[in-house]
Amino acid sequence: MKLSRIVLASLLALTACGTADTPSTPAPGASGALTPIKLQLQWFYQAQFAGYIAAVDQGFYKEQGLDVELLEGGVDIVPQTVLATGKADYAIAWVPKALASREQGAGITDVGQIFARSGTYQVAWKDSGITKAADLKGKKVGNWGFGNEFELFAGMTKAGLDPSKDVTLVQQQFDMQALLKKEIDAAQAMSYNEYAQLLEAKNPATGQLYTADDFAIIDWKTEGSSMLQDAVWANTEKLNDPNYQAQTVKFLTATIKGWAYCRDNPEKCRDLVVAKGSKLGKSHQLWQMNEVNKLVWPAAGAGIGVIDEAAWKQTVEISQTTKNQTGDTVLKAAPEGPAYTNDYINQAIAQAKAAGVDVTGSAFQPATVTLTEGGA
Amino acid sequence: MRRVLSVIAGLIAAALLWEGYKAAGDPEGTVLFGVRVLPRADDLSMPHLWTILGRLTDPEMTGGRPVWIVVLDACLFTLGITAAGFLAGTLIGLVLAAAMQRFRIVERGLLPYVILSQTVPLVALAPLIAGWGGTLMPPWASVSVIAAYLAFFPVAVGMLRGLQSPSAAGAELMRSYAAGWWRTLVKLRFPAALPYLFPALRLAGAAAVVGAVVGEISTGTRGGIGRLIIEYSREATSDPAKVYTAMLGAALLGLLVAGAVSLLELPLMRHRRHVEVVTL
Repeated sequence: MKLSRIVLASLLALTACGTADTPSTPAPGASGALTPIKLQLQWFYQAQFAGYIAAVDQGFYKEQGLDVELLEGGVDIVPQTVLATGKADYAIAWVPKALASREQGAGITDVGQIFARSGTYQVAWKDSGITKAADLKGKKVGNWGFGNEFELFAGMTKAGLDPSKDVTLVQQQFDMQALLKKEIDAAQAMSYNEYAQLLEAKNPATGQLYTADDFAIIDWKTEGSSMLQDAVWANTEKLNDPNYQAQTVKFLTATIKGWAYCRDNPEKCRDLVVAKGSKLGKSHQLWQMNEVNKLVWPAAGAGIGVIDEAAWKQTVEISQTTKNQTGDTVLKAAPEGPAYTNDYINQAIAQAKAAGVDVTGSAFQPATVTLTEGGA
Repeated sequence: MRRVLSVIAGLIAAALLWEGYKAAGDPEGTVLFGVRVLPRADDLSMPHLWTILGRLTDPEMTGGRPVWIVVLDACLFTLGITAAGFLAGTLIGLVLAAAMQRFRIVERGLLPYVILSQTVPLVALAPLIAGWGGTLMPPWASVSVIAAYLAFFPVAVGMLRGLQSPSAAGAELMRSYAAGWWRTLVKLRFPAALPYLFPALRLAGAAAVVGAVVGEISTGTRGGIGRLIIEYSREATSDPAKVYTAMLGAALLGLLVAGAVSLLELPLMRHRRHVEVVTL
């Protein structure tokens, strides 16, 4: 009897959770050693994250006294949760999704809006006659769900359609086969990924690759329902710590340098991404690099990463008012507390400028990228 | 020899079925009352077998290694993860089963939780475990933990049944020899449990493969076949045959593990006769 009690007690002890201690942030570069930093990405290495990859590879973070480790995402990895639970120091996340996590208690703040523009398209066949949101009426509309669909729903609502009645909604896979097989009339696509995959596929009728002339694009930027996407998020609570503040400025300064480097050297950055072991081919990554550059550059106002109040407002408004097919909105109420701040990015821009970096890229001209079959 | 022939016959039958459906099936698939009952048979959904095999020998990307080497490499990596998870899971399962057999109170207290543990969805578990990595654990080890988490269950439950299987007469006989718990376990209960252990191990092997592949997909751990499946499936739009090469790899991995587990039985087989004598 006594023995069994001991066993039971030890079992209980085993199941008890360990307590997590919160180490305070050491001053970056204070002791001459590099400060280890973890940055959680949203997905596998691809040109979408080229600026961070370049900043690591080119030693921009090291210059700032930071030893940055990039953490790849996965199907079930939610970057803002990883950040909020302290498993990463910074995270890249789309604004609406991060705000939704914030509403559920994640203590995170947007400290740098790297992508000033949204890259979400709705792609249809050119011969379908679909060119704007209103044309989706009565059509089969593919969407990704899981919080990736709100620009589409806001766009349709804005065009006077009721998404739950006027269109047939279809849950879309992460490839574009449904559109190619004409199971759906319009498919959700990122300009830098899925749209490129369409142009890398062979048209069985001609034996040639599909071209941009085969498709029509609804760009949510022109429909006025776009939302802010990739941003650098920091831990809100830690932002009270002066050392973490200084570290954030240094991190953002090096990040700006990385993105400026990829604007000026897209081929070099393509090679860095490919060398990181991306399974998507070279022409695909160059396309992605070019499209991502378009979302970042030219940067309006003070420069890259500054959160534009109007765009933020639009994102929050859509998050609060647009209902998806299950009647849910992204947010129940306006975000409370410091959801975003330009304090650190403005300091970082000043420092990058002083170091001779072009932080607005006003002369940026996108290149023309030719895709090959399969993106190889 | 007959086994080899039947395996080959099975492969040929599967190949004929695939190509036969491609030839006979509707390229647009068969839809009855708005519900798809038969899949599409077009080249985008079901590439020809020779396209898939041809894809295996082509380079993965321009100037890259051939796909079959990449897939094989990934299989070996995942095999390592699976093996680590399987061993850890089996060990934990055995210890739990022995503890539950020894102490009634542990069985009553623990068994419901052992069963409950398998109802926790992997998608909820994987991100938690992914964070364990870092200095203490390489990323692949956290996937092994997921594999072990799935693998321990059939072993614990099956082995408990096995350890409890000797008749009361057998246990009383051991007591009359003044044999303690440990000696009874080694001489009587463990040999008697072997027929229960083997099917449990096969289940554990399959569960470890699923855990490793799903764990890789879930946490995005690079290097293995799970990650390869998700990376290749993103290219399904323009290169549908590539996805199937990774699937073939996953199937190969499953076969390898199943084979390895049944090999485990061989050295333990000789106890079998022993068992029958004792339990009769």
